[in-house]
Amino acid sequence: MAREDTFREARKHLAALSDAELEARFWELAQRCVNPLAELAHTHTSPSIERSVLMRMGIDSPTAQTLVAECETRRLLGHGAGHVVYLCMQAWGVSAPDAARRLTCGEGWDLVAARWGTR
Amino acid sequence: MSARDPLRERPEFDAPLDPAEKLDVEALLTGLEHYRPRRRGWTWRRPVPGQRMYEFEYRETAAPLERSVPLPAAHYFGNIDPQPDCVITTEIASGRPEDDIRRMRMAAWHGADHIMVIRTAGQSHMDSLLEGTPEGVGGITITRKQLRLTRRALDLIEDEVGRPINFHSYVSGVAGPEMAVLFAEEGVNGAHQDPQYNVLYRNINMYRSFVDAAVAKRVMAAAGILQIDGAHNANATAVKAWKVMPELLVQHAVNCAYSEAVGMPADHIALSTVPPDAAPAPCMRMDLPYAIALRDLFGRYKMRAQQNTRYMESEGRDATVSHVMNLMISRLTSADIQSTITPDEGRNVPWHYNNVAAVDTAKQSLVGMDGLREMVKVDRESPELKARVRELKERAVLFLEAMLEDGGYFAGLEKAYFVDSGEYPETNDDGIARDSRGGVGVGTIVPRAEDYLAPVCHHFGYNDLPEGYRGRGAGEAAPCEMVGGCTLCDDAKVPYIDELDTGDNASMRLMQTAEARTRGLIKPEVEWAGDGIVAVTMFLPAAEPVAEAAALELGRAMNLSDCEVIHKRVMHPAEGTLIELKGHLDVAIDPATLTLPEPPDLLDDDDMREFVHARNVRVVAATVGNDEHSVGMREIIDIKHGGLEKWGFSVTYLGTSVPIEKVLDAAVEHAASAVLISTIITHADVHREMMEKLADLAKEKGVRDRLLLIAGGTQVTDEQARGWGMDAGFGRRTKGVAVASFIVREMRARGL
Repeated sequence: MAREDTFREARKHLAALSDAELEARFWELAQRCVNPLAELAHTHTSPSIERSVLMRMGIDSPTAQTLVAECETRRLLGHGAGHVVYLCMQAWGVSAPDAARRLTCGEGWDLVAARWGTR
Repeated sequence: MSARDPLRERPEFDAPLDPAEKLDVEALLTGLEHYRPRRRGWTWRRPVPGQRMYEFEYRETAAPLERSVPLPAAHYFGNIDPQPDCVITTEIASGRPEDDIRRMRMAAWHGADHIMVIRTAGQSHMDSLLEGTPEGVGGITITRKQLRLTRRALDLIEDEVGRPINFHSYVSGVAGPEMAVLFAEEGVNGAHQDPQYNVLYRNINMYRSFVDAAVAKRVMAAAGILQIDGAHNANATAVKAWKVMPELLVQHAVNCAYSEAVGMPADHIALSTVPPDAAPAPCMRMDLPYAIALRDLFGRYKMRAQQNTRYMESEGRDATVSHVMNLMISRLTSADIQSTITPDEGRNVPWHYNNVAAVDTAKQSLVGMDGLREMVKVDRESPELKARVRELKERAVLFLEAMLEDGGYFAGLEKAYFVDSGEYPETNDDGIARDSRGGVGVGTIVPRAEDYLAPVCHHFGYNDLPEGYRGRGAGEAAPCEMVGGCTLCDDAKVPYIDELDTGDNASMRLMQTAEARTRGLIKPEVEWAGDGIVAVTMFLPAAEPVAEAAALELGRAMNLSDCEVIHKRVMHPAEGTLIELKGHLDVAIDPATLTLPEPPDLLDDDDMREFVHARNVRVVAATVGNDEHSVGMREIIDIKHGGLEKWGFSVTYLGTSVPIEKVLDAAVEHAASAVLISTIITHADVHREMMEKLADLAKEKGVRDRLLLIAGGTQVTDEQARGWGMDAGFGRRTKGVAVASFIVREMRARGL
């Protein structure tokens, strides 16, 4: 809804603040805006985040893309795509890129299902 | 990264560049799988307070470059090239990495040390990384190979100019966290990262954008990458840019506070800030209070001062004047990074030489205003300024209060708080509304389960790491030790993929221009090697629509194809129109076929002094025609400018507007061996008349054989002057030594 400039009336409660107090209020409000956003990020993940985890594990981008898509389909993203790779690394005694490659070839999903169930 | 960063200790990968040779792009594309960047993180310029250069002392300059192209007038000032204290940015967007790097080298020689590559249209909506070197549109396709090639070239270029160069692109879109990891791995030093940008301008789902951003920012922080926000886009999008200031303060605050909340240090957070307005508005009086309010509120962060694009039209002059006013605001307030916009961005994807023009504009203005703020201070007590600064802060606080009252930031996005054309609390109900249940990537975020695990370092958020792997120190190993290391800790783990597309890649494109490159053929270019684009400026005595049609026809007559009018400006509705036209010229020149003028043969100082002294060589000089300019001639004569007097020539200077008869009479009277005349070029060919008259009169008086006749002036060429009866002609930037050498050599040759 359009609104005229009500600045003169709206500002009355700010008029008594010193410049320093006004600036402190600005930052306190900004902090209140971002707190729930940071909390959302703390408790959630995304396909890109999971691909970034696999990349940091030394896995190339096409492999990471295929693997994360598979984890999404199997609804495993919430456990972490890196977690899925880690599970197979442990089971097979291989490096992360090797485990990821084998997973993209269809190996190891029985291990994964045994851990988190099939969905 | 710390001084212990192993990337800093790598040996040099390539042989240094030779300033006389072009970049060998094909060689740079070879062996990229072995190249690794030499450092991570951002580098500031090294300020040198009270720096002395030539006869001047500077207050706001940095360490000089080892190699550079100085400003055009530098030859009057000992060829100094003072570098301002702030980092200078140029934006590169050819769409081809193999052309980008050549342009970067040119920009670096003019003073750019922050190279920002614009991304190709559409990449922000790709939910994954791309590989190889496919051609981009309006920007580059960001890939590992493209970044690696560019960083490798920039290593060589920074060594050539003698100053670190920051490489920069965008950690935005739906692949932000991956981009951040890629940038950290490939030595990218700065990046735009602002989740608000994704939501408002790319319609990416708000939850996805903020969740991704937290991880991206944390990785950037680990690699010391400087973050620049995206708030300036609100300015570029706003209907009335002067109304958007309170919102800009809010957008900056949201990204700054969010970045710190997820672990980014304040000194790696930069605000992208633009003076919102442009003339004919009284823009500096409108924009200065905003610049000050911003710096009051955001003093802990860095300022990246961007130039205005909102009101850019097709005229380079107009854009440049706006940018100089923007630069004055930077100097009166502060800027850690001064970004530049090419003056042609209002009409095309930036051309090579306009990158250089923009960097020169920034350097020239910042150096020209060096230390000015010690004399010219912003009057913080000016009633208008004081009231407006306070008002902007209050309006921003009211915005935040209302948004929180309405349910918080996400609710504010849904209720179109942002990019409204009213100055908050005024609204015109025309802001950008975004649905939390819509947008690209909607429904893709997932809650982390209790056993969520990411066995890598520098990860943000909940992570069920087993005991013993919760971070270095205090008996805990780094998380990545669970999997034998991560790429951020062990560079050897970084993988490399070359090309995925056998047709669309740099090597294939280079094959098309291979012949020109190996034979050294010369073809004009503005975007890509061999594109053949030229621009022609013409004044046509016709009204605008007629002039435009006539210009296209003239372009065809010049043998140009695909002609397009890129700028027009009415001089008078009936008298005429200025037109700038671009077209393709499909001609290549083989330099082997060219005849180049011989460089002046300069004689030894002592040799000349001895010759001149032995013969007591006398010279008569004058500025002729109706011309009152004496500066040019003085520089050729005066000892203090390294003129003829330096070698003992006895010079009689007759003054300005001297008739030719008088010049010759004086030459006879003083028994001169040479006559020097200085002349400006005029439409009526006065310069030619003067030269011919001097030659004719000398013959008439029977003195032509014993007099050397020499003409000089900014537009004079040796070839023309000889054609009009002179013995020599000297143009712009001639030094006295060239004239002295000519006189001595000719007198010897003729036995005078």
